[in-house]
Amino acid sequence: MNLSQTLLGVTFGNPTILASGIMGITASSWRLVTQNGAGGITTKSLWLKEHKGHKNPTIISTEHWTLNAVGVPDAGPEKAHEEIGSFMKNKPVPLIANIIAESVENFAATAEAILPLQPDFLEVNISCPNVEDEFGKPFACSAPAAAAVTRAVKKVSGKTPVFIKLSPNVDSIAAIAEACASAGADGFTVINTVGPGMAIDLRSRMPILANKVGGLSGPGIKPIAVKCVADVYSATKGKLPIIGTGGIYTGEDAIEIMLAGASLVGIGTAVGDRGIDVFAKICDEMQLWCTNEGVDEIGSLVGGMHRELSQRNTPTRKPSRSGQSRTS
Amino acid sequence: MSSIPLQSRLPKTYKIKAIKQETEMVRTYTFDGSLGARPGQFVMVWLPGIDEKPFSVAFDNGAETKITFFAVGPMSEEFARCSVGDLVEWKAGQHIALVAGGYGAAPMYFVAAETVHHGCTLEVFVGARSKEHLLYLKELESLPHVSLHVATNDGSMGFKGFNVQHLGKMLEVCQRGSKGNKGLKGVKGGDLDPIDQVFACGPEMMLKAVSELTAKYKIPSQLSLERYMKCGYGICGNCVVDPLGIRLCTEGPVVKNDACVKIEEFGKYHRDALGKKHAF
Repeated sequence: MNLSQTLLGVTFGNPTILASGIMGITASSWRLVTQNGAGGITTKSLWLKEHKGHKNPTIISTEHWTLNAVGVPDAGPEKAHEEIGSFMKNKPVPLIANIIAESVENFAATAEAILPLQPDFLEVNISCPNVEDEFGKPFACSAPAAAAVTRAVKKVSGKTPVFIKLSPNVDSIAAIAEACASAGADGFTVINTVGPGMAIDLRSRMPILANKVGGLSGPGIKPIAVKCVADVYSATKGKLPIIGTGGIYTGEDAIEIMLAGASLVGIGTAVGDRGIDVFAKICDEMQLWCTNEGVDEIGSLVGGMHRELSQRNTPTRKPSRSGQSRTS
Repeated sequence: MSSIPLQSRLPKTYKIKAIKQETEMVRTYTFDGSLGARPGQFVMVWLPGIDEKPFSVAFDNGAETKITFFAVGPMSEEFARCSVGDLVEWKAGQHIALVAGGYGAAPMYFVAAETVHHGCTLEVFVGARSKEHLLYLKELESLPHVSLHVATNDGSMGFKGFNVQHLGKMLEVCQRGSKGNKGLKGVKGGDLDPIDQVFACGPEMMLKAVSELTAKYKIPSQLSLERYMKCGYGICGNCVVDPLGIRLCTEGPVVKNDACVKIEEFGKYHRDALGKKHAF
């Protein structure tokens, strides 16, 4: 079965995408990921100026979770031009350029610095939980702020589709998505890491991460990612494409998040657990599942849960508008 | 494709059992406990509240572990976080040359200690700027089947010059292939059977010279490369080398010379924590 997915005029050979922040520093790295089956790659977050990250330890993990506070290090646009430029010369798969900034104006300025490289999509990181000490709450935690960034980037982005990367650490991801959609967002990446969380070494009594806290990823966050994708899909009536990411390890995980509404699937933490060829493994597993289940069109899975719910006359669950709903 | 076992991705803290001041700037810490390390592997050493970086393992006998490093700043009494990379590989009975530059002598000693157990004969080329920067000479001398060849840049001990020049002189003789060649002036002892394999650890320009020399003589070599690392288990991408894209924390840090010669940045540049290039 052909696993290719076309969205907003860009064709991806398969739905697996290298998530931002993983193996994403150099063109050589992106090529290796592509050779290992990724349908597209996302760069590490790019800044307008050089930005130092945190000291090590920056990434720690167990079988249940990964915590990271790398702190978004980047050498600035000159390096981005060198690496992206080199990749684009003989581009094997679409490239999504992820940008970050500390102010609304600089999101636009960073987009302007990167757009001449002709990335297939811009992904706007308004949701990193690891630079809060430096810059305060992420833009993704406020609907007006998220919309302001979206508007500013859209003003300069021309024909390049703009995906907004959302945070799960909010009262209502649906409300944030709606605000961004009204401001012109072309799509969403759902979700950034969860938390933040903390881990302490017992003998030294010290937090292990140099930043003390860091974003949570890994298999345990998949249900949160699936729920957030479902909420954003409902809030935007399935009209805007979603890159679903968070705890995706297997072909069945990928299919699950596609049923929630994702057209493409971001793979990150799984690279450390299943190896660099996790992309090819996930594609094989998707193929196998689809063959066994008689699915012959990968796109037919996108948002499948929502259609199933409405066919069964079960109202699609309404995304919560404020706070967590209580069951007792 | 390799990935790092999960249990080694969280730091474990170990007490320091002994501290040995090797030279003015270099110390060896002995930790109570084995990490199950093998020659060629590295550990991510975390000093709580300070930083975490990769270090070569100098020794692990199943009961205790040693690392040798430049001592700078106040050192904590806790350390940890183990990560594994590729191992160096050898066959029993091989005639092996080890090339150690500066504190590269520590992991090369670990290789030496293990290989002599497998009936290997060793030519060990230890080099440093000057006599007081030489490391692990006594330990290496105490091993059987080891011929030690010392080189210092200033000639304060042994051969005056680089240890790779010294190695070159030996290979010129050994690789003629006929057993029983007479010894070469300036190259001490050892039988002169051809060298089967070369291992090297030290500054990158030294490794580059070993790479070129061993390629010239068509001797397999394995080189321990060093790049800035963050995660140490293959997801951050900081230690990826151009243009192969391989990660030195998982596909390395010991890389066979057939792969080294394809690494274009080898001997030219490395990247910092921001991914920015710096020339050697």
